[in-house]
Amino acid sequence: MHLVVCIKQVPDSAQIRVHPVTNTIMRQGVPTIINPHDLAALEEALKLCDTYGGEVTVVTMGPKMAEDALRKALTFGAHRAVLLTDRHFAGSDTLATSFALAQAIAEIGETFGTPDVVFTGKQTIDGDTAQVGPGIAKRLDLQQLTYVAKILSIDAASREITVERRAEGGSQILRTGLPCLVTMLDGADAIRRGRLDDALRAARTKVVKWSAADAGIAEPANCGLRGSPTVVKRVFAPTSREQKARQIDTTNKPLREIADGLIAAIFADRPA
Amino acid sequence: MKKGLPKQFQDYRNVWVFIELEHGQVHPVSIELLGEGRKLADKLGVHLAGVVIGPPGGQGTANAIADAFAYGADLSYLVESPLLAHYRNEPFTKALTDLVLANKPEILLLGATTLGRDLAGSVATTLKTGLTADCTELNVDSDGSLAATRPTFGGSLLCTIYTLKCRPQMATVRPSVMATPQRVNRPTGSIIRHDLKMLEEEIATKVLAFFSDCDSTIANLAYADVVVAGGLGLGAVQNLQLLKDLARTLGGDFGCSRPLVQKGWMPFDRQIGQTGNTIRPKLYIAAGISGAVQHRVGVEGSDLIVAINTDPNAPIFDFAHLGVVADAISFLPALTEVFTKRLEPRNLEKFVQ
Ligand SMILES: Cc1cc2nc3c(=O)[nH]c(=O)nc-3n(C[C@H](O)[C@H](O)[C@H](O)COP(=O)(O)OP(=O)(O)OC[C@H]3O[C@@H](n4cnc5c(N)ncnc54)[C@H](O)[C@@H]3O)c2cc1C
Ligand SMILES: Cc1cc2nc3c(=O)[nH]c(=O)nc-3n(C[C@H](O)[C@H](O)[C@H](O)COP(=O)(O)OP(=O)(O)OC[C@H]3O[C@@H](n4cnc5c(N)ncnc54)[C@H](O)[C@@H]3O)c2cc1C
Repeated sequence: MHLVVCIKQVPDSAQIRVHPVTNTIMRQGVPTIINPHDLAALEEALKLCDTYGGEVTVVTMGPKMAEDALRKALTFGAHRAVLLTDRHFAGSDTLATSFALAQAIAEIGETFGTPDVVFTGKQTIDGDTAQVGPGIAKRLDLQQLTYVAKILSIDAASREITVERRAEGGSQILRTGLPCLVTMLDGADAIRRGRLDDALRAARTKVVKWSAADAGIAEPANCGLRGSPTVVKRVFAPTSREQKARQIDTTNKPLREIADGLIAAIFADRPA
Repeated sequence: MKKGLPKQFQDYRNVWVFIELEHGQVHPVSIELLGEGRKLADKLGVHLAGVVIGPPGGQGTANAIADAFAYGADLSYLVESPLLAHYRNEPFTKALTDLVLANKPEILLLGATTLGRDLAGSVATTLKTGLTADCTELNVDSDGSLAATRPTFGGSLLCTIYTLKCRPQMATVRPSVMATPQRVNRPTGSIIRHDLKMLEEEIATKVLAFFSDCDSTIANLAYADVVVAGGLGLGAVQNLQLLKDLARTLGGDFGCSRPLVQKGWMPFDRQIGQTGNTIRPKLYIAAGISGAVQHRVGVEGSDLIVAINTDPNAPIFDFAHLGVVADAISFLPALTEVFTKRLEPRNLEKFVQ
């Protein structure tokens, strides 16, 4: 089985500041990690490999330094890594991102074998849209299974997959045909600690580096800023409330009296 | 003529809200969106339409249509087919995409639920248009463009996003972020029906089963009037009982900060914040929660925020309305006790006066 996992390199903390004068995002000095939800997807793919045999390819679109994320994924046990990097990709929104990744996945299929399941995380911790997975599925015409909590079974003979999907107010059990795209919820299992031989293999594995042209993208008009219908016009920090909380007096008072004070203040604010 | 907008999109008009049906019930987020949609439509001087997609026969679609008009729609679009009995991406994407192509709305809003995000991503990609996720504010500019504002990087930043050269301009909004509008009994407007041009054989995905969450209150956290939540400051899993006791006394629900979910002390559905539920209760009590920005963005819509924390400098006091510097583990029981007394019917009246 060939499993392709999309991973994104993200800043290690969601605490990012805006430059007060230029209004641009200040990412400098913030360490990067693999988007945590993507590790859940990677673990699920590696588990499928344990059960059914096969290969896991990880792919990312990003700047050159995103190779670090791919290397890390290799040490967890991924077999192959593809870095999609090109100045044409700069400024991609989710539509342009899903275009580039879909092209790359198609090219991965041509070069290394058609994927049976393409995985993404549920969402990223920076852009946080959860739109890239459905975008890739649509562009590659793959069956789309989002918010998957668990892969229940894969029938290799009939090429069917059964999953449990989180839905509003409960869980759906869905069955569909392969190939498909799964966006993975954080499962119960943390990412495995890679084995020593994986780490050693990773050190010797060359990351495949593709430009837009290498991925078969002839027309860069669909990529990056040009291929992005959304335009970020303004980035700003949330305004803080001027007033701090009114503190209930707690000095030398028994708890019940403090509770009385608080409740009085609550009802004074909003007689409910 | 709108500058920069390609010719084929010039005649896109009106604001649409996708009305989400969840097992025959209209999802509250759709009603909140009708309220927002009405404001946008009024500013633009166009119509507001509710879009209903579901199975024929049952009360579900009829209720959805009725709600659409009662909460502000001028007209509605209806696609009914047995193939739409349970949510599946393929037929819903087909239904919504075909509706858009045939009727050309300029703005299309959906709830950022699991269903809404699954559907919106597919529809936007099919239409090759822009989609802004999880908006907290929607507005129209002087030139009539949709200005959609959303938090990113876990809420530490806000950004305003436009879709200038494509139509429709699509956005999702999380449940409970916008206020619920007043229900008004108004005459039913026109209902425009479309057929689903699809056969069951063309749909690869089958729904084998649905297990509803037995704990039905979980789904209601986003809509509880009173929410009591705890954080790492509660120290130990058994102290969660203190939250539950207070929540029960107040007839409210309980939740937590993310670390408690990560520790396995509470299920994910109880998490409040950027990556959990957004809540908008009349009263929110946070005990032993520091008030990180990712938590803050999930609770800011609360009418009254009360924080209990041992640290007088905890960031939560920057956005709470009332603060108590106290040990939550001993203070919560005292609070429950005093509330219990106050809320006895005869005491309540006296107290409110
Ligand atoms: C402040 C800000 C706000 C934004 N808001 C929007 C918006 O509302 N709408 C919009 O269309 N774009 C938006 N963008 C752009 C968007 O963040 C980028 O397009 C980003 O590359 C992908 O979106 P995401 O991070 O939301 O991914 P998600 O859709 O949340 O990611 C889902 C999964 O897709 C995979 N994936 C995502 N990106 C990559 C990648 N580069 N390489 C490999 N796998 C990947 C991962 O598996 C991930 O778990 C915004 C960007 C910024 C900086
Ligand atoms: C991408 C991302 C997404 C996130 N999403 C969310 C989210 O959705 N929701 C969320 O909540 N967090 C989220 N977080 C985590 C967030 O950044 C904080 O780490 C988290 O909210 C802190 O939880 P806490 O307040 O319970 O714990 P802490 O920050 O450890 O705070 C504990 C507080 O308890 C106080 N305290 C200690 N003892 C007592 C006592 N006896 N009585 C009273 N007070 C006491 C302390 O003074 C302290 O202020 C996210 C983080 C990231 C990076």
